[in-house]
Amino acid sequence: MRSGLPFEWIAASRFLVEGRMQTISIVAGVSIGVGVIIFMSAALAGMQANLIRRVLSAQAHIVLLPPQEVARPLRAGARGESEAAIVQKPYQRVRGIDQWQKVMRDVAEMPAVVNVSPMASGPVLASRGEATRAVSIMGVDPDLYFRIIALPDKIVSGEARLTSNDIVLGVDLASDLGVVVGDKIRITPNSGTGIDLMITGIVDLGNKGVNQRNTYVALHTAQALLGLVGGVSSVDITVRDVYAAEDVAQAISAATGVEADSWIMTNAQFFSAVNAQVIANTTIRFFVGLAIAFGIAAVLIVSVVQKSKEIGILRAMGASRGQILRVFLLQGAVLGLVGSFAGSSLGGAAIWLWQVLVRNPDGTPLFPMEQDPRLFAGAAVLATLTGLVAAVAPALRGARLDPVVAIRA
Amino acid sequence: MPEAVLLLEGVKKSYGVGTPAEAEVLHGIDFSLGKGDFCALMGPSGSGKSTLLNLIGLLDRPSSGRLSIDGRETSGLDDRALTALRGHHIGFVFQYHHLLPAFTALENVMMPMVLDRGRPNEAMRARAEELLRTMGLTEWREHLATNMSGGQQQRVAVARALAMNPSLLLADEPTGNLDTKAAQVVFDLMKEVNREHGTTVLLVTHNHELAAQCARTIELVDGRIVSDRRASAPAAPATA
Ligand SMILES: Nc1ncnc2c1ncn2[C@@H]1O[C@H](COP(=O)(O)OP(=O)(O)OP(=O)(O)O)[C@@H](O)[C@H]1O
Ligand SMILES: [Mg+2]
Repeated sequence: MRSGLPFEWIAASRFLVEGRMQTISIVAGVSIGVGVIIFMSAALAGMQANLIRRVLSAQAHIVLLPPQEVARPLRAGARGESEAAIVQKPYQRVRGIDQWQKVMRDVAEMPAVVNVSPMASGPVLASRGEATRAVSIMGVDPDLYFRIIALPDKIVSGEARLTSNDIVLGVDLASDLGVVVGDKIRITPNSGTGIDLMITGIVDLGNKGVNQRNTYVALHTAQALLGLVGGVSSVDITVRDVYAAEDVAQAISAATGVEADSWIMTNAQFFSAVNAQVIANTTIRFFVGLAIAFGIAAVLIVSVVQKSKEIGILRAMGASRGQILRVFLLQGAVLGLVGSFAGSSLGGAAIWLWQVLVRNPDGTPLFPMEQDPRLFAGAAVLATLTGLVAAVAPALRGARLDPVVAIRA
Repeated sequence: MPEAVLLLEGVKKSYGVGTPAEAEVLHGIDFSLGKGDFCALMGPSGSGKSTLLNLIGLLDRPSSGRLSIDGRETSGLDDRALTALRGHHIGFVFQYHHLLPAFTALENVMMPMVLDRGRPNEAMRARAEELLRTMGLTEWREHLATNMSGGQQQRVAVARALAMNPSLLLADEPTGNLDTKAAQVVFDLMKEVNREHGTTVLLVTHNHELAAQCARTIELVDGRIVSDRRASAPAAPATA
């Protein structure tokens, strides 16, 4: 008995050491539970972060659009309905955003907004010799646009140079047309005459459909091709907090009257999948926590029964009910805490093993797991609280034990 | 007249109150013990000796009657007050299950002081070592209780009962499962404490030789006191 240590600590630790097998078993049980929770949460967080990173590397957080000519599906209607259906846009002509310079300036001044970049885009035909493809032409100001979509990082050959007569296109389109960097292709709008542009770069945007469809040119080149002189068809925006994009989009809509679509809206299906995972994870956590709580409670109930003589003796020596109560509450908390430490190491080891063993064919990790220290701290706090709560019933039972009966037993 | 260390007036105890098995075990007990009394409590098995001792030790409450310890009437006290009174005024020695197996002899003796103050300190350790020394157990102080003989364990239990310097020492057949020699050693230690510190002792025993060495003997039969004798002078230890 170290001087100065409270009686409750001394008795709780002695009882735990005395019941060695029980203590080891329940700590093992708690640590497996905590390990599973930590591994699962890290895997889920890593997967989500990875998916979001992928989605956002090829997409602006918010896109401003002119009012639509064709009615869009009414969002206010059936909630939870899939919105993945591609809404057919009118092909007749490309419409611009009214007073886009003012709108862009207003938006750029909002504190939540990081970058803005105007774009003139529309459908055109790309042809090289006999081969012709319907593609989408995107006229951008490279200085602004590359801050939102890092095209230079996605270059597979050539460079992301966009002067008046340059064009950058997706890898699949390049192979469909059989062109390489340095070749010329003809771009023909729906109305009007086509022009020849030189391919300066070929990019991989990470998605075959996009790689077959996207071509990038200078803003004024697209404006001339699409009959949008001085106008833009959309404005791309990035924001500080990607999860707040929808709120920012609504604020922009309210302030400017322009339609603003956030990546959260346009990826509604993706988000409902993420939500389903979060719900599944929470459910599993809850039930693992419950199993831990019942395990600790069971061990402590047995311990109270086994220790009833000692409890009686302690009471006869002047121990108060409160002291007995705290001895067992403390044991529950300690079991939870020690179990969570062991479980954190277990979970950490599992995460490390996963990163080392489960890899893509090219040897990179399948996805990076998030080893958030807050996850470990949270698990320790929660497991300790769970142990404490689980100990309430056994501790009350111990505290209420009739010392006469306990000693007689 | 000095205040009684222990005073019982019309103490009754029933078990199973409100059930068909309700039975009155003690039928109105009156007696008192003064400071320095050394009293044996005898009687056939089932006569209510342990029941009475548990009431006096404030581990249980009488069904009716009054019980005072060091002048404090106990019937109106709540559990907290009873615990405090028990801790400061009463020392217990039991027949079985006497020591805490997870603790050493020294720690067992320190325990009543630790419980009282909430945490151990060096003064408690010193007092426990002194008590173990008087019990002749200095070299056993770091042993776990379970590794000691019955007689040694019971001497540790006596030392522990004396830790808080109680005015009343209660012992329920403390020598019941010891051989004659070990029993006499434990008994003599209790007598020494009684003589040197004036501790009042109430001792339940079936052993007539030991009872004969007590200044006073109360006999209980079927929950009633049938005799209360005082020896004019303590008898000398009987030779077997
Ligand atoms: N908790 C209880 N519930 C019901 N009856 C009880 C209880 N405790 C004791 N008794 C009864 O009370 C009577 C007295 O018991 P007690 O243990 O006080 O006797 P004792 O004199 O100490 O006997 P012994 O010498 O065998 O230890 C017995 O008839 C016993 O059966
Ligand atoms: Mg008895």
